[in-house]
Amino acid sequence: MIGGSMTFRRSLGGYAFIAPWLVGFLIFTAGPMIASLVISLHSWSMLSSPIWVGFENYQSIITEDPLFLTSLWNTGFYVLFSVPLCIAAGLALAMLLHNRLPGMGFFRTMLFLPSIMNIVAASVLWLWIFNPEFGLLNTFLRWLGVQGPLWLQSETWAKPSLVIMSLWGIGGTTIIFLAALQGIPQELHEAAALDGAGPARRFFHITIPMISPAIFFSSIMGVIGSFQVFAQAFVMTGAAQPGSEGGPNNATLFLVLYLYKKAFQEFRMGYASALAWILFFIILVFTLLQTRLSKDRVYYEAGE
Amino acid sequence: MNGFQSYDRSPTALGTLVRSGAVYVILAVISAGFLLPLAWMLSVSLQDVRGVFAQPFAWIPPQPRWENYSDVATLIPLGRYLLNTVVVTGLVLLGTVLSCSLVAYGFSRIRFRGRTVLFALCLSTMMLPGQVTMIPLYVMFSRLGWVDTLWPLIIPSFFGSPFYIFLLRQFFLTIPREYDEAARLDGAGRFRVYWSIILPLARPALITVALFTFIGTWNDFFTPLIYINSPEHATLTLGLNMLKSQIVGTGMTQWHLLMAAACMVMLPNIVLFTLAQKYLVKGIAMGGLR
Repeated sequence: MIGGSMTFRRSLGGYAFIAPWLVGFLIFTAGPMIASLVISLHSWSMLSSPIWVGFENYQSIITEDPLFLTSLWNTGFYVLFSVPLCIAAGLALAMLLHNRLPGMGFFRTMLFLPSIMNIVAASVLWLWIFNPEFGLLNTFLRWLGVQGPLWLQSETWAKPSLVIMSLWGIGGTTIIFLAALQGIPQELHEAAALDGAGPARRFFHITIPMISPAIFFSSIMGVIGSFQVFAQAFVMTGAAQPGSEGGPNNATLFLVLYLYKKAFQEFRMGYASALAWILFFIILVFTLLQTRLSKDRVYYEAGE
Repeated sequence: MNGFQSYDRSPTALGTLVRSGAVYVILAVISAGFLLPLAWMLSVSLQDVRGVFAQPFAWIPPQPRWENYSDVATLIPLGRYLLNTVVVTGLVLLGTVLSCSLVAYGFSRIRFRGRTVLFALCLSTMMLPGQVTMIPLYVMFSRLGWVDTLWPLIIPSFFGSPFYIFLLRQFFLTIPREYDEAARLDGAGRFRVYWSIILPLARPALITVALFTFIGTWNDFFTPLIYINSPEHATLTLGLNMLKSQIVGTGMTQWHLLMAAACMVMLPNIVLFTLAQKYLVKGIAMGGLR
């Protein structure tokens, strides 16, 4: 009996400490999730009362909304190029930094710095870098004797421009890989070298398996983050009048940007909520797929 | 030491030298490429209108116009933006550190019914894209009359944030339980143990959380974009976008002023980065290596 009340009191203490999160979870996550589902089944402008439409929003998004397909394609393009490029480049940089040479800390600092920059300030900067006439990039290309493209003003180059910009922020990924590389016991490499394994063999049979959890983590986070790409497109492709974001000719209309415009420029809250659930579903599928695919390929040390 | 370092049996001195030289050259070129945009931004911010469009561009302006920085304040209420950002960031810091450490203490130190399930639930919400809850939250805050106030930017931070809860919990688990037990034997309550034992010992982790929170809040664009309409409630990030629309959208050419504004918005990040890089690096590595 006494034991029971002790456990009860301890449980009460536990709940008291986690109360901020628990209350927040109910108010800011669980409640809104249910509300969002309900709103997505309505047609609602927030000004008039909502009208029940069932699954009509979902149906029209998937079957008769060409802009949704455009934004899905744009987002897919961005994820497909940005994530693998950032991971490969981040790993290459981490390997370079992972040499026992003086001055590596300095280089790490320089490469890490851009990744914590304010996204709007960075977007303003890159907007000018991509300026076809006066921008840094085309000035540099002209110096090499190449006539650069119109970048953000070109339907073909607008998305690749944003992928290039995303490479500027790989500092965080590099740090994660560097920490993972530093966690590999040196003896593994030495033993393999003694057995006659060359650098390429050691890279694929020791380095990659040993840092596979970091690669897995970065690719999951990268995919989740890239599916939600928004600020760059909003700042760099929008002029003064609302509605112009996502150009040229919707080449940078990403899913979240489309959702934002539906919700806060057109006030179609039901439609936008349905879009949000579709986005969530896509991210979920990709995350599960990645988890499944990497199941036998990610190596976790025993005892964890 | 397994980057491009050699483990082969007899690396020659010359081979090692060439390899190190190559590493330095590659890193120097890439670092320069990473920093060039920032240097260029600084340079543009000190030009006059003609200098911005001069061909060829003079990297070091013959007469640097420092007054560009004060001119920005004539276009936008810079002081107001700064004040709003400082208020929001300060309160969010307080809210996040307090709530996350309390929750992390509960999850790491007290065995209670449902703990495992609730902690898993807490972690799983990290995967939820904010867009799913965005519209109901907007509706809720607008019913409260909080749209175009700073409250929607501040209040949620007092209810914990899963990633920081996770980070702090992991750190708390490394603090030996004997400390708690000794204090409990001396008659200290749980809150006292949390406040006078765990928090002081967890200082490095708390600093890491505070830094990430600071950067995240200072840089946040989406939340103010949704909730704030009027300039007197805008944060620096939102205000910079307003200035951008004003300058780019109307075909004006004051890129030097826009760059000066961008430099000012970036400055706190650079200062903080210089002072606290160690904690940031540790925090990122911790997050990635769970």
